[in-house]
Amino acid sequence: MDRLIRDVASPECGGTCVFLGTVRSGAEDGPVTGIEYSGYEAMLEAELGRIAAEVGDRWPGARVALQHRLGLVATGEASVGIAVAAPHRAVAFDACRYVIEAVKQRAPVWKREHRADGTTVWVDPAGHPAAAGPA
Amino acid sequence: MATGTVRVLLFARYAELLGRNEIAVATVVPTTVREIVRRVRTECTGGAAIPERPLAAVNLHHSSLDAAVADGDEVALLPPLAGGRGDG
Repeated sequence: MDRLIRDVASPECGGTCVFLGTVRSGAEDGPVTGIEYSGYEAMLEAELGRIAAEVGDRWPGARVALQHRLGLVATGEASVGIAVAAPHRAVAFDACRYVIEAVKQRAPVWKREHRADGTTVWVDPAGHPAAAGPA
Repeated sequence: MATGTVRVLLFARYAELLGRNEIAVATVVPTTVREIVRRVRTECTGGAAIPERPLAAVNLHHSSLDAAVADGDEVALLPPLAGGRGDG
C-alpha cells in the first residue's frame, strides 16, 4: 500500500484516497482461512490499465495506482489495493469509488474459499458457494 | 471460405469442469463467440456444463456473444466474476 501511495503522490495533489479489499473470515457454512484468487492475468492487467485510463479521462489531474493480488490470500490480508490522488478530496473519493466498482464488475478474477475443515469452494458473485472443488 | 484456428481459454470452475484450460478450435472464419461456445459445449468432454451464454472475452476485451472472431483470436470463457456482494 505504501508503494501505491508513493506512486500517486504529487505536489499538485491535495487529497489521497485509499481502498483496501481484505479477506473476511465469515462464511455462511464455516470459517474461512483464506481466499485463493485466480485470474486471467493478461486480461486483468489490460482491464486495470483501462480503468486507470478512464480515471484520467473523467477526472483530469487525478492519479491512480492499483493492484490485485493473485494466489492464496489469508484472512485479514488485502487482496486489492487502490490509491487515488487528486488536487481536491472530492475527486479523490469519487475516483477511488469508481475504480473499486469497476474492478468488481470487470476484473477477470475468481475466488475459491479455503475453509478451516480443509475443503475449498468456488465462490459466486453473491458470495455463495458456486460448486464444490477438490480439497 | 476461409478456415482458421481460435484459441479458447478456460478459467476457474470451467477449467475444472473440462479438465483443461485451453482448447484449439478449428473453424470457418470469421465466426462468432456464440459459435465458438457452441462448439466447446458440444464437442468437448464436460463442455455441456458451460452455460449457453457465458461471459466471454476476445483478445483481452469483454465481448458479447455476437462479437466477431477471426483466425488466431483468443477467446476466453469466463465464469461469473468474483465481484463480491458490494459490501466488501
